[in-house]
Amino acid sequence: MIKLYDYVLSVNCYKQRLMMSILGVEYEPVPVDFFPGWEHKGEEFRKINPLGHIPVIDDDGYILWDAHAILVYLAAKYDPSGRWYPTGDPGLLGETASWMLFAEGTTNTASAARLCVNLGYDFDLEACQAGAHRLFRVLDEHLWFRERGGRSWVCSGDHPTIADIALFPDVVLSEEGGISRLDYPALRRWTDRVKRIPGFELMPGIFPASPGR
Amino acid sequence: MEITQPACTDPVIWNQWHVISALDEVPAGVVSETLLLDERISFTATPAGEHRVWRSSIRLPAGAEIDGSAPLNGADALPVKPEYGYLWTSLGDPPDDLFPLPEYHHPRRRNMNAGSVGVATSAPRAVENFLDLAHFPYVHEGSLGVQPHTEVVEYDVEVRDGEVHATKCDMMVPKVGANFDEPVVMRYRYRVPHPYCVMLYYDSLPDPSVEDICAIWVQPMSAEVVRAHNYMGVIDDASTNTDIKGYQLLIFAQDKPILENQHPKRLPLDPRAETPIRADRSAIAYRRWLSDLGVTYGVIPAAV
Repeated sequence: MIKLYDYVLSVNCYKQRLMMSILGVEYEPVPVDFFPGWEHKGEEFRKINPLGHIPVIDDDGYILWDAHAILVYLAAKYDPSGRWYPTGDPGLLGETASWMLFAEGTTNTASAARLCVNLGYDFDLEACQAGAHRLFRVLDEHLWFRERGGRSWVCSGDHPTIADIALFPDVVLSEEGGISRLDYPALRRWTDRVKRIPGFELMPGIFPASPGR
Repeated sequence: MEITQPACTDPVIWNQWHVISALDEVPAGVVSETLLLDERISFTATPAGEHRVWRSSIRLPAGAEIDGSAPLNGADALPVKPEYGYLWTSLGDPPDDLFPLPEYHHPRRRNMNAGSVGVATSAPRAVENFLDLAHFPYVHEGSLGVQPHTEVVEYDVEVRDGEVHATKCDMMVPKVGANFDEPVVMRYRYRVPHPYCVMLYYDSLPDPSVEDICAIWVQPMSAEVVRAHNYMGVIDDASTNTDIKGYQLLIFAQDKPILENQHPKRLPLDPRAETPIRADRSAIAYRRWLSDLGVTYGVIPAAV
């Protein structure tokens, strides 16, 4: 069974739990005392990931780290439909890769602001918040045009991709970092659609959506 | 040199001991900085394990290496009290002793800081939320409560020895701790011995002759931003520290968005400001107690 080196309040670990829950992949979480213990920075943990960060998966001896890389692996291996990571469609695959890189930006701004506020990380909070607003503005407009085109997801297909999973936690927990989503209605509607994906799983700080129409 | 008025003009709060860090998280030999009552303060541990706290000074910036046993280079030293695993200080003239917690020293008790978490709310809002039983089945469904068991049965509240006590608080709890998965009706008692500190006691499952303690001791960074220090003191030979801390922080993370969406962020003390129900008796007593103490920081005082 897949082992997930996990911290329940980490957005990047949540991305993996969410993906595996949606794909119906069983896994065993291995709790890491990320906070306040900083266990991931310790010598023991660096034997697993020398970069000293989580999440890391161990899939029957195959070790992989980096949240967005793990999403690629999980979808490529465990989604027989090939829709979450659409390798069969070069256009869609390119879009997925592009929005995965965009999600690095939301992680480094919105989720970094959350670490500042919650756990006292020494980042430039105002710069993180301003950066998140710039990206949210772009994503909100993008999703608005998608909706006008009859589409629900970040990429142009009719099915969500790993890009939606990579972006969702950074967006939905942004208020913990002092980043309001009041001005991004299309972004808010998209978070509700993600919450209604079959197999969706919550993490603390995220509330369920109503069942919808 | 610019002289500014302190933002906190509340002598009750100004002269309290306030928690600023878990002792085992204070880096030795280097300056750490935090905010207390809108004032920048710095602290460190000496190689001998003693603690120093002072008003922040540009001569001793955060991150600077420091031999804490040397004089503080002219910076204003603040009172220091290492107690119950945490570092406490005061900007004013604090009493000799912090509130008593004799249970802390029980030989089987495992004392730890489950984590210090920033929350955008006032300290009294955080304390009051901790006192509230009614939200368990909704906000902590599956862990501290379960629907449809949402009734809060009548419990006792009194002010005794200058503290607020709520006792005989019964709740159906599906998962009381990290490694306890059998649903039980838990009997809790609450204690508020300090305007910004609250403890929850309940019989320890492995040894019901002893009480487990779970607390939040709230550091008022400003009137509307706090750090909640999650103290745990439990009798539990089965769980790892990681399990216990992880479970406590999971619960706290569920509370956090609720807390941050309460408006106004300062706790209104006027009895007419918010409409309580019977289940809120402990909150009513807490608000009245704050009023009687004359607390004005982090609250909206009742009109006189």
